[in-house]
Amino acid sequence: MVKGYRPGTLQEALELLAQETCTVMAGGTDLMVQRARGFSLRPKLDRPLVFIEQLKELKQIYKKDETLHIGPCVTLTDLLGHPHIPEIFKQMIGRMASPPTRNMATLGGNICNASPAGDTLPWFYAMNAKVKLQSSAAERTVPIDAFISGPKKTILGNNEILADIIIPDETFEINMYRKLGQRKGMSLTKASFLGLAMITGSTVTDIRIALGSVAPRIVRSPEIERTLKGKSINDIRSSAGEISQRYQPLITPIDDARSTAKYRKEASLNLIRHFLENMQP
Amino acid sequence: MIIEFNLNHEKTTIDVDASARVLDILRDELGMTSVKEGCGEGECGACIILVDGRAMNSCILPAGALHGRSVLTLEGFKHTERYKAIEAGFLKAGSVQCGFCTPGFVLATESLLNQNPRPSDEEIKEGLSGNLCRCTGYNMIIRGVRIAIEEGAGLW
Ligand SMILES: Cc1cc2nc3c(=O)[nH]c(=O)nc-3n(C[C@H](O)[C@H](O)[C@H](O)COP(=O)(O)OP(=O)(O)OC[C@H]3O[C@@H](n4cnc5c(N)ncnc54)[C@H](O)[C@@H]3O)c2cc1C
Ligand code: FES
Ligand code: FES
Repeated sequence: MVKGYRPGTLQEALELLAQETCTVMAGGTDLMVQRARGFSLRPKLDRPLVFIEQLKELKQIYKKDETLHIGPCVTLTDLLGHPHIPEIFKQMIGRMASPPTRNMATLGGNICNASPAGDTLPWFYAMNAKVKLQSSAAERTVPIDAFISGPKKTILGNNEILADIIIPDETFEINMYRKLGQRKGMSLTKASFLGLAMITGSTVTDIRIALGSVAPRIVRSPEIERTLKGKSINDIRSSAGEISQRYQPLITPIDDARSTAKYRKEASLNLIRHFLENMQP
Repeated sequence: MIIEFNLNHEKTTIDVDASARVLDILRDELGMTSVKEGCGEGECGACIILVDGRAMNSCILPAGALHGRSVLTLEGFKHTERYKAIEAGFLKAGSVQCGFCTPGFVLATESLLNQNPRPSDEEIKEGLSGNLCRCTGYNMIIRGVRIAIEEGAGLW
Protein backbone atom coordinates (compact mmCIF):
# COMPACT_ATOMS: atom_id res chain seq x y z
CA MET A 1 0.00 0.00 0.00
CA VAL A 2 1.23 3.45 -0.88
CA LYS A 3 1.18 5.77 2.10
CA GLY A 4 -0.36 9.21 1.79
CA TYR A 5 0.09 12.37 3.80
CA ARG A 6 -2.27 15.33 3.86
CA PRO A 7 -0.31 18.04 5.62
CA GLY A 8 -2.28 20.96 7.03
CA THR A 9 0.33 23.61 6.28
CA LEU A 10 3.10 24.19 3.76
CA GLN A 11 5.67 23.96 6.57
CA GLU A 12 4.38 20.51 7.51
CA ALA A 13 4.59 19.42 3.88
CA LEU A 14 8.20 20.66 3.64
CA GLU A 15 9.14 18.82 6.82
CA LEU A 16 7.72 15.59 5.42
CA LEU A 17 9.83 16.06 2.29
CA ALA A 18 12.91 16.74 4.41
CA GLN A 19 12.52 13.44 6.24
CA GLU A 20 11.52 11.02 3.51
CA THR A 21 11.68 10.72 -0.27
CA CYS A 22 8.10 11.25 -1.37
CA THR A 23 6.14 12.15 -4.50
CA VAL A 24 4.32 15.47 -4.45
CA MET A 25 0.74 15.10 -5.67
CA ALA A 26 -1.18 18.19 -6.76
CA GLY A 27 -4.20 17.60 -9.06
CA GLY A 28 -2.82 14.27 -10.25
CA THR A 29 -3.85 14.78 -13.88
CA ASP A 30 -0.32 14.30 -15.16
CA LEU A 31 1.02 11.83 -12.60
CA MET A 32 -1.98 9.50 -12.63
CA VAL A 33 -1.95 9.31 -16.43
CA GLN A 34 1.83 8.98 -16.82
CA ARG A 35 1.93 6.20 -14.24
CA ALA A 36 -1.28 4.45 -15.32
CA ARG A 37 -1.01 0.69 -15.69
CA GLY A 38 -4.34 0.04 -17.35
CA PHE A 39 -7.90 -0.91 -16.65
CA SER A 40 -8.87 -1.33 -12.99
CA LEU A 41 -5.28 -1.10 -11.85
CA ARG A 42 -3.77 1.38 -9.49
CA PRO A 43 -1.04 3.47 -11.08
CA LYS A 44 2.62 2.70 -10.68
CA LEU A 45 3.45 5.07 -7.85
CA ASP A 46 5.52 3.58 -5.08
CA ARG A 47 6.83 6.39 -2.94
CA PRO A 48 4.63 7.88 -0.24
CA LEU A 49 2.44 10.65 -1.61
CA VAL A 50 2.33 14.14 -0.15
CA PHE A 51 -0.96 15.75 -1.16
CA ILE A 52 -0.66 19.51 -1.49
CA GLU A 53 -3.75 20.58 -3.42
CA GLN A 54 -5.58 21.45 -0.17
CA LEU A 55 -2.88 23.83 1.15
CA LYS A 56 -4.35 27.34 1.45
CA GLU A 57 -0.91 28.97 1.29
CA LEU A 58 -0.52 27.57 -2.22
CA LYS A 59 -3.91 28.69 -3.50
CA GLN A 60 -3.66 32.47 -3.30
CA ILE A 61 -3.79 34.96 -6.14
CA TYR A 62 -2.80 38.53 -5.27
CA LYS A 63 -0.97 41.63 -6.52
CA LYS A 64 1.79 43.35 -4.60
CA ASP A 65 4.45 45.89 -5.70
CA GLU A 66 3.53 45.60 -9.38
CA THR A 67 3.81 41.85 -9.38
CA LEU A 68 1.13 39.26 -9.71
CA HIS A 69 1.52 36.23 -7.46
CA ILE A 70 -0.26 33.00 -8.32
CA GLY A 71 -0.17 30.06 -5.94
CA PRO A 72 0.81 26.80 -7.68
CA CYS A 73 -2.21 24.87 -6.39
CA VAL A 74 -4.70 27.19 -8.04
CA THR A 75 -6.68 25.07 -10.50
CA LEU A 76 -7.17 25.99 -14.13
CA THR A 77 -10.87 26.54 -13.37
CA ASP A 78 -9.99 28.96 -10.54
CA LEU A 79 -7.82 30.97 -12.95
CA LEU A 80 -10.63 31.32 -15.49
CA GLY A 81 -12.84 32.94 -12.85
CA HIS A 82 -10.31 35.30 -11.24
CA PRO A 83 -10.31 39.07 -11.88
CA HIS A 84 -6.49 39.43 -11.56
CA ILE A 85 -5.76 37.01 -14.40
CA PRO A 86 -5.20 38.80 -17.74
CA GLU A 87 -7.62 37.96 -20.55
CA ILE A 88 -4.92 36.57 -22.81
CA PHE A 89 -3.87 34.03 -20.18
CA LYS A 90 -7.53 33.08 -19.63
CA GLN A 91 -7.82 32.53 -23.37
CA MET A 92 -4.86 30.13 -23.20
CA ILE A 93 -6.30 28.27 -20.20
CA GLY A 94 -9.71 28.04 -21.89
CA ARG A 95 -8.07 26.05 -24.68
CA MET A 96 -6.68 23.46 -22.24
CA ALA A 97 -8.33 20.13 -21.41
CA SER A 98 -12.06 19.87 -20.59
CA PRO A 99 -13.92 21.41 -17.62
CA PRO A 100 -13.71 18.28 -15.39
CA THR A 101 -9.96 17.99 -15.96
CA ARG A 102 -9.53 21.75 -15.45
CA ASN A 103 -11.34 21.38 -12.11
CA MET A 104 -8.48 19.12 -10.99
CA ALA A 105 -5.40 20.32 -12.88
CA THR A 106 -3.20 22.89 -11.11
CA LEU A 107 -0.97 25.56 -12.56
CA GLY A 108 2.02 24.34 -10.53
CA GLY A 109 1.52 20.85 -11.95
CA ASN A 110 1.69 22.17 -15.51
CA ILE A 111 4.92 24.04 -14.71
CA CYS A 112 6.59 21.21 -12.77
CA ASN A 113 5.66 18.69 -15.44
CA ALA A 114 7.87 20.84 -17.68
CA SER A 115 6.61 19.45 -20.95
CA PRO A 116 7.50 21.48 -24.05
CA ALA A 117 3.78 21.03 -24.81
CA GLY A 118 2.72 22.52 -21.46
CA ASP A 119 0.22 25.12 -22.58
CA THR A 120 0.66 27.64 -19.78
CA LEU A 121 4.42 27.87 -20.29
CA PRO A 122 4.60 30.26 -23.27
CA TRP A 123 2.91 32.94 -21.15
CA PHE A 124 5.38 32.58 -18.30
CA TYR A 125 8.32 32.73 -20.71
CA ALA A 126 6.89 35.79 -22.47
CA MET A 127 6.22 37.55 -19.15
CA ASN A 128 9.68 36.82 -17.66
CA ALA A 129 8.01 35.02 -14.76
CA LYS A 130 9.92 33.64 -11.80
CA VAL A 131 9.20 30.73 -9.52
CA LYS A 132 9.89 30.40 -5.83
CA LEU A 133 11.12 27.02 -4.63
CA GLN A 134 10.91 26.30 -0.96
CA SER A 135 12.40 23.60 1.28
CA SER A 136 12.16 23.32 5.06
CA ALA A 137 15.55 25.02 5.38
CA ALA A 138 15.78 27.46 2.49
CA GLU A 139 14.11 29.14 -0.44
CA ARG A 140 15.29 30.31 -3.85
CA THR A 141 13.66 32.27 -6.64
CA VAL A 142 14.67 31.55 -10.24
CA PRO A 143 13.48 32.63 -13.68
CA ILE A 144 11.15 30.17 -15.40
CA ASP A 145 13.66 29.34 -18.14
CA ALA A 146 16.27 28.42 -15.51
CA PHE A 147 13.74 26.33 -13.57
CA ILE A 148 12.99 24.16 -16.59
CA SER A 149 16.31 22.55 -17.46
CA GLY A 150 15.16 20.34 -20.36
CA PRO A 151 12.15 18.51 -21.74
CA LYS A 152 10.30 17.19 -18.67
CA LYS A 153 13.21 18.21 -16.45
CA THR A 154 13.42 20.83 -13.73
CA ILE A 155 15.93 21.85 -11.08
CA LEU A 156 13.40 21.11 -8.34
CA GLY A 157 15.01 19.15 -5.48
CA ASN A 158 13.30 16.16 -3.83
CA ASN A 159 12.86 18.23 -0.71
CA GLU A 160 11.44 21.28 -2.48
CA ILE A 161 7.97 22.52 -3.37
CA LEU A 162 7.17 25.13 -5.99
CA ALA A 163 5.56 27.65 -3.65
CA ASP A 164 4.87 30.79 -5.69
CA ILE A 165 4.73 31.99 -9.27
CA ILE A 166 5.75 35.61 -9.65
CA ILE A 167 4.80 37.59 -12.73
CA PRO A 168 5.50 41.25 -13.52
CA ASP A 169 2.07 42.88 -13.63
CA GLU A 170 2.23 44.17 -17.19
CA THR A 171 -0.46 44.28 -19.83
CA PHE A 172 -0.01 44.54 -23.59
CA GLU A 173 -2.05 46.29 -26.25
CA ILE A 174 -1.63 43.54 -28.78
CA ASN A 175 -2.26 39.98 -27.67
CA MET A 176 -2.50 36.98 -29.94
CA TYR A 177 -2.71 33.31 -28.99
CA ARG A 178 -3.19 30.34 -31.29
CA LYS A 179 -3.09 26.66 -30.42
CA LEU A 180 -3.07 23.97 -33.03
CA GLY A 181 -4.34 20.68 -31.72
CA GLN A 182 -6.96 18.03 -32.06
CA ARG A 183 -10.07 17.53 -30.00
CA LYS A 184 -10.10 19.89 -27.04
CA GLY A 185 -10.55 17.34 -24.28
CA MET A 186 -7.30 15.69 -25.33
CA SER A 187 -4.04 16.56 -23.79
CA LEU A 188 -1.59 17.24 -26.54
CA THR A 189 -0.77 20.34 -28.51
CA LYS A 190 0.85 20.28 -31.95
CA ALA A 191 2.08 23.85 -31.87
CA SER A 192 1.17 26.99 -29.99
CA PHE A 193 1.98 30.65 -30.49
CA LEU A 194 1.82 33.63 -28.15
CA GLY A 195 2.56 37.17 -29.35
CA LEU A 196 2.42 40.28 -27.16
CA ALA A 197 3.29 43.86 -28.13
CA MET A 198 3.16 47.46 -26.91
CA ILE A 199 2.86 50.31 -29.36
CA THR A 200 3.41 54.04 -28.85
CA GLY A 201 2.25 56.11 -31.78
CA SER A 202 3.40 53.92 -34.62
CA THR A 203 6.50 52.58 -32.87
CA VAL A 204 6.74 49.13 -31.36
CA THR A 205 8.12 49.69 -27.87
CA ASP A 206 7.91 46.13 -26.57
CA ILE A 207 7.36 42.79 -28.26
CA ARG A 208 7.40 39.22 -26.96
CA ILE A 209 7.04 36.04 -28.96
CA ALA A 210 6.87 32.55 -27.42
CA LEU A 211 6.11 29.20 -29.04
CA GLY A 212 5.20 25.86 -27.47
CA SER A 213 5.49 22.23 -28.64
CA VAL A 214 7.91 23.00 -31.47
CA ALA A 215 11.30 22.43 -29.83
CA PRO A 216 12.66 20.63 -26.75
CA ARG A 217 11.93 23.83 -24.84
CA ILE A 218 9.60 26.78 -25.14
CA VAL A 219 11.02 29.01 -27.88
CA ARG A 220 11.66 32.65 -27.10
CA SER A 221 14.39 34.89 -28.49
CA PRO A 222 15.12 38.10 -26.59
CA GLU A 223 17.81 38.80 -29.24
CA ILE A 224 15.37 38.87 -32.13
CA GLU A 225 12.86 40.80 -30.01
CA ARG A 226 15.51 43.45 -29.25
CA THR A 227 16.08 44.08 -32.94
CA LEU A 228 12.35 44.78 -33.35
CA LYS A 229 11.92 47.21 -30.49
CA GLY A 230 11.91 50.83 -31.60
CA LYS A 231 10.95 49.96 -35.18
CA SER A 232 7.80 51.30 -36.77
CA ILE A 233 4.83 49.00 -37.24
CA ASN A 234 5.08 49.51 -40.98
CA ASP A 235 8.72 48.39 -41.07
CA ILE A 236 7.87 45.27 -39.10
CA ARG A 237 4.83 44.49 -41.21
CA SER A 238 6.72 44.78 -44.45
CA SER A 239 9.59 42.55 -43.26
CA ALA A 240 7.37 40.03 -41.44
CA GLY A 241 8.42 37.15 -43.71
CA GLU A 242 12.12 37.85 -43.23
CA ILE A 243 11.74 38.23 -39.44
CA SER A 244 9.83 34.97 -39.15
CA GLN A 245 12.66 33.21 -41.03
CA ARG A 246 15.05 34.26 -38.25
CA TYR A 247 13.10 31.93 -35.97
CA GLN A 248 13.70 29.01 -38.31
CA PRO A 249 16.85 27.66 -36.54
CA LEU A 250 15.15 27.85 -33.16
CA ILE A 251 12.17 25.77 -34.23
CA THR A 252 13.26 22.14 -34.10
CA PRO A 253 10.12 20.05 -33.75
CA ILE A 254 9.79 16.28 -33.84
CA ASP A 255 7.58 13.87 -35.73
CA ASP A 256 5.21 12.06 -33.41
CA ALA A 257 1.76 10.54 -33.27
CA ARG A 258 0.20 13.99 -33.09
CA SER A 259 1.86 15.68 -36.02
CA THR A 260 4.88 15.87 -38.29
CA ALA A 261 7.93 18.07 -37.81
CA LYS A 262 7.35 19.66 -41.19
CA TYR A 263 3.80 20.72 -40.36
CA ARG A 264 4.82 22.05 -36.98
CA LYS A 265 7.65 24.10 -38.40
CA GLU A 266 5.73 25.62 -41.28
CA ALA A 267 2.70 26.34 -39.13
CA SER A 268 4.83 28.07 -36.48
CA LEU A 269 6.63 30.27 -38.98
CA ASN A 270 3.30 31.22 -40.53
CA LEU A 271 1.87 32.13 -37.13
CA ILE A 272 4.83 34.42 -36.40
CA ARG A 273 4.43 36.05 -39.76
CA HIS A 274 0.69 36.44 -39.35
CA PHE A 275 1.19 38.15 -35.98
CA LEU A 276 3.77 40.59 -37.35
CA GLU A 277 1.79 41.38 -40.48
CA ASN A 278 -1.40 42.10 -38.60
CA MET A 279 -0.10 44.40 -35.89
CA GLN A 280 -2.40 47.41 -35.56
CA PRO A 281 -1.82 50.47 -33.41
CA MET B 1 -4.16 5.94 4.44
CA ILE B 2 -7.43 6.47 6.28
CA ILE B 3 -9.72 8.87 4.47
CA GLU B 4 -12.96 10.37 5.66
CA PHE B 5 -15.35 11.93 3.21
CA ASN B 6 -19.03 12.32 2.44
CA LEU B 7 -20.29 9.91 -0.17
CA ASN B 8 -23.80 10.73 -1.37
CA HIS B 9 -24.40 12.59 1.90
CA GLU B 10 -23.20 9.75 4.11
CA LYS B 11 -20.07 9.96 6.17
CA THR B 12 -17.66 7.33 4.89
CA THR B 13 -14.36 6.24 6.38
CA ILE B 14 -12.09 3.79 4.60
CA ASP B 15 -8.49 2.66 4.63
CA VAL B 16 -7.10 3.00 1.11
CA ASP B 17 -3.91 2.92 -0.87
CA ALA B 18 -3.32 6.68 -1.31
CA SER B 19 -2.50 6.20 -5.01
CA ALA B 20 -5.55 4.07 -5.84
CA ARG B 21 -7.89 5.52 -8.44
CA VAL B 22 -11.08 6.94 -6.94
CA LEU B 23 -12.91 5.15 -9.77
CA ASP B 24 -11.84 1.73 -8.44
CA ILE B 25 -12.52 2.62 -4.81
CA LEU B 26 -16.05 3.75 -5.70
CA ARG B 27 -16.86 0.74 -7.86
CA ASP B 28 -15.07 -2.09 -6.09
CA GLU B 29 -15.10 -1.08 -2.43
CA LEU B 30 -18.18 1.10 -2.19
CA GLY B 31 -20.50 -0.43 -4.80
CA MET B 32 -21.05 2.76 -6.83
CA THR B 33 -21.26 1.09 -10.21
CA SER B 34 -22.85 4.04 -12.03
CA VAL B 35 -19.28 5.30 -12.32
CA LYS B 36 -17.86 3.79 -15.53
CA GLU B 37 -14.39 3.30 -16.89
CA GLY B 38 -14.19 4.28 -20.56
CA CYS B 39 -10.66 5.41 -21.30
CA GLY B 40 -8.89 5.55 -17.95
CA GLU B 41 -7.02 8.67 -19.09
CA GLY B 42 -9.31 11.60 -18.39
CA GLU B 43 -10.57 11.92 -21.94
CA CYS B 44 -14.05 10.38 -22.13
CA GLY B 45 -15.94 11.50 -19.02
CA ALA B 46 -17.60 8.11 -18.32
CA CYS B 47 -16.09 8.18 -14.82
CA ILE B 48 -17.17 11.72 -13.88
CA ILE B 49 -18.19 12.30 -10.27
CA LEU B 50 -18.98 15.55 -8.46
CA VAL B 51 -16.50 16.62 -5.81
CA ASP B 52 -17.78 19.57 -3.80
CA GLY B 53 -20.20 20.24 -6.66
CA ARG B 54 -17.62 20.19 -9.45
CA ALA B 55 -17.20 17.48 -12.08
CA MET B 56 -13.94 15.54 -11.89
CA ASN B 57 -12.53 12.52 -13.70
CA SER B 58 -12.43 9.78 -11.05
CA CYS B 59 -10.14 7.59 -13.21
CA ILE B 60 -7.24 9.98 -12.65
CA LEU B 61 -8.16 11.21 -9.18
CA PRO B 62 -6.00 9.65 -6.46
CA ALA B 63 -7.91 8.29 -3.46
CA GLY B 64 -5.96 10.42 -1.00
CA ALA B 65 -7.43 13.55 -2.57
CA LEU B 66 -10.94 12.70 -1.32
CA HIS B 67 -10.27 13.30 2.35
CA GLY B 68 -12.63 15.94 3.71
CA ARG B 69 -14.53 16.35 0.43
CA SER B 70 -18.16 15.69 -0.54
CA VAL B 71 -18.63 13.24 -3.37
CA LEU B 72 -21.79 12.77 -5.37
CA THR B 73 -22.36 9.92 -7.82
CA LEU B 74 -25.53 9.15 -9.74
CA GLU B 75 -26.58 6.83 -6.88
CA GLY B 76 -26.94 9.91 -4.67
CA PHE B 77 -27.88 12.46 -7.30
CA LYS B 78 -30.80 10.44 -8.66
CA HIS B 79 -33.02 11.33 -5.70
CA THR B 80 -32.95 15.07 -6.49
CA GLU B 81 -35.38 17.25 -8.44
CA ARG B 82 -32.49 18.40 -10.61
CA TYR B 83 -31.76 14.83 -11.58
CA LYS B 84 -35.40 14.30 -12.45
CA ALA B 85 -35.35 17.33 -14.75
CA ILE B 86 -32.20 16.10 -16.52
CA GLU B 87 -33.62 12.59 -16.81
CA ALA B 88 -36.87 13.91 -18.31
CA GLY B 89 -34.93 16.05 -20.81
CA PHE B 90 -32.71 13.14 -21.83
CA LEU B 91 -35.72 10.83 -22.22
CA LYS B 92 -37.61 13.33 -24.33
CA ALA B 93 -34.69 14.12 -26.63
CA GLY B 94 -33.47 10.54 -27.01
CA SER B 95 -30.13 11.41 -25.42
CA VAL B 96 -29.51 7.82 -24.34
CA GLN B 97 -28.76 4.83 -26.52
CA CYS B 98 -26.47 2.22 -24.95
CA GLY B 99 -26.27 4.35 -21.80
CA PHE B 100 -22.62 3.79 -20.98
CA CYS B 101 -21.76 7.48 -21.23
CA THR B 102 -24.98 8.70 -19.59
CA PRO B 103 -24.02 8.90 -15.89
CA GLY B 104 -21.03 11.04 -16.91
CA PHE B 105 -23.13 13.32 -19.12
CA VAL B 106 -25.76 13.73 -16.38
CA LEU B 107 -23.17 14.77 -13.79
CA ALA B 108 -21.31 17.01 -16.25
CA THR B 109 -24.66 18.69 -16.97
CA GLU B 110 -25.27 19.21 -13.26
CA SER B 111 -21.77 20.67 -12.80
CA LEU B 112 -22.32 23.03 -15.75
CA LEU B 113 -25.77 24.22 -14.62
CA ASN B 114 -24.51 24.66 -11.08
CA GLN B 115 -22.08 27.30 -12.35
CA ASN B 116 -24.11 28.64 -15.24
CA PRO B 117 -27.88 28.04 -15.01
CA ARG B 118 -28.59 29.60 -18.44
CA PRO B 119 -25.86 28.40 -20.80
CA SER B 120 -25.91 29.09 -24.54
CA ASP B 121 -25.58 26.13 -26.93
CA GLU B 122 -21.89 26.98 -27.27
CA GLU B 123 -21.51 26.93 -23.49
CA ILE B 124 -23.31 23.58 -23.27
CA LYS B 125 -20.90 22.15 -25.85
CA GLU B 126 -17.93 23.53 -23.91
CA GLY B 127 -19.37 22.24 -20.62
CA LEU B 128 -19.77 18.75 -22.06
CA SER B 129 -16.53 18.79 -24.06
CA GLY B 130 -14.97 16.28 -21.67
CA ASN B 131 -17.59 13.63 -22.44
CA LEU B 132 -17.54 11.21 -25.34
CA CYS B 133 -20.56 9.31 -26.66
CA ARG B 134 -20.14 6.57 -29.27
CA CYS B 135 -23.85 6.30 -30.03
CA THR B 136 -25.91 9.49 -30.17
CA GLY B 137 -23.94 11.99 -32.21
CA TYR B 138 -24.28 14.61 -29.41
CA ASN B 139 -27.09 16.71 -30.90
CA MET B 140 -29.66 14.75 -28.97
CA ILE B 141 -27.71 15.18 -25.77
CA ILE B 142 -27.48 18.93 -26.23
CA ARG B 143 -31.22 19.02 -26.94
CA GLY B 144 -31.80 16.95 -23.79
CA VAL B 145 -29.87 19.49 -21.73
CA ARG B 146 -31.87 22.35 -23.32
CA ILE B 147 -35.15 20.68 -22.39
CA ALA B 148 -33.91 20.06 -18.84
CA ILE B 149 -33.01 23.74 -18.52
CA GLU B 150 -36.42 24.89 -19.76
CA GLU B 151 -38.56 22.42 -17.88
CA GLY B 152 -36.43 22.55 -14.76
CA ALA B 153 -36.41 26.36 -14.64
CA GLY B 154 -35.74 27.59 -11.11
CA LEU B 155 -33.95 24.42 -10.01
CA TRP B 156 -30.46 25.79 -10.73
C1 LIG C 1 -7.54 14.71 -20.44
C2 LIG C 1 -6.37 15.61 -20.20
C3 LIG C 1 -6.22 16.76 -20.96
C4 LIG C 1 -5.13 17.61 -20.76
N1 LIG C 1 -5.01 18.73 -21.56
C5 LIG C 1 -3.92 19.53 -21.42
C6 LIG C 1 -3.75 20.65 -22.26
O1 LIG C 1 -4.59 20.96 -23.13
N2 LIG C 1 -2.62 21.39 -22.12
C7 LIG C 1 -1.68 21.08 -21.18
O2 LIG C 1 -0.68 21.78 -21.08
N3 LIG C 1 -1.83 20.03 -20.35
C8 LIG C 1 -2.92 19.24 -20.44
N4 LIG C 1 -3.05 18.14 -19.63
C9 LIG C 1 -2.00 17.82 -18.65
C10 LIG C 1 -2.27 18.26 -17.19
O3 LIG C 1 -3.64 18.32 -16.93
C11 LIG C 1 -1.64 19.60 -16.84
O4 LIG C 1 -0.26 19.57 -17.07
C12 LIG C 1 -1.93 19.98 -15.37
O5 LIG C 1 -1.76 21.37 -15.20
C13 LIG C 1 -1.06 19.25 -14.37
O6 LIG C 1 -1.39 19.66 -13.05
P1 LIG C 1 -1.69 18.62 -11.87
O7 LIG C 1 -1.95 19.44 -10.67
O8 LIG C 1 -2.76 17.69 -12.25
O9 LIG C 1 -0.29 17.88 -11.80
P2 LIG C 1 0.19 16.57 -11.02
O10 LIG C 1 -0.05 15.39 -11.87
O11 LIG C 1 -0.34 16.55 -9.64
O12 LIG C 1 1.75 16.88 -10.95
C14 LIG C 1 2.57 16.94 -12.10
C15 LIG C 1 4.04 16.95 -11.66
O13 LIG C 1 4.36 18.14 -10.97
C16 LIG C 1 4.77 17.89 -9.62
N5 LIG C 1 4.20 18.98 -8.82
C17 LIG C 1 2.94 19.48 -8.96
N6 LIG C 1 2.79 20.58 -8.20
C18 LIG C 1 3.97 20.78 -7.56
C19 LIG C 1 4.45 21.78 -6.64
N7 LIG C 1 3.69 22.83 -6.26
N8 LIG C 1 5.73 21.69 -6.19
C20 LIG C 1 6.52 20.66 -6.61
N9 LIG C 1 6.13 19.70 -7.48
C21 LIG C 1 4.86 19.76 -7.96
C22 LIG C 1 4.30 16.49 -9.31
O14 LIG C 1 5.14 15.86 -8.37
C23 LIG C 1 4.39 15.84 -10.69
O15 LIG C 1 5.69 15.43 -10.95
C24 LIG C 1 -4.16 17.29 -19.77
C25 LIG C 1 -4.32 16.13 -19.00
C26 LIG C 1 -5.41 15.30 -19.20
C27 LIG C 1 -5.54 14.09 -18.35
S1 FES D 1 -12.63 6.74 -17.81
FE1 FES D 1 -12.20 8.59 -16.84
S2 FES D 1 -12.32 10.01 -18.41
FE2 FES D 1 -12.52 8.14 -19.46
S1 FES E 1 -25.27 6.31 -25.48
FE1 FES E 1 -23.77 4.85 -25.97
S2 FES E 1 -21.94 5.87 -25.58
FE2 FES E 1 -23.40 7.39 -25.33
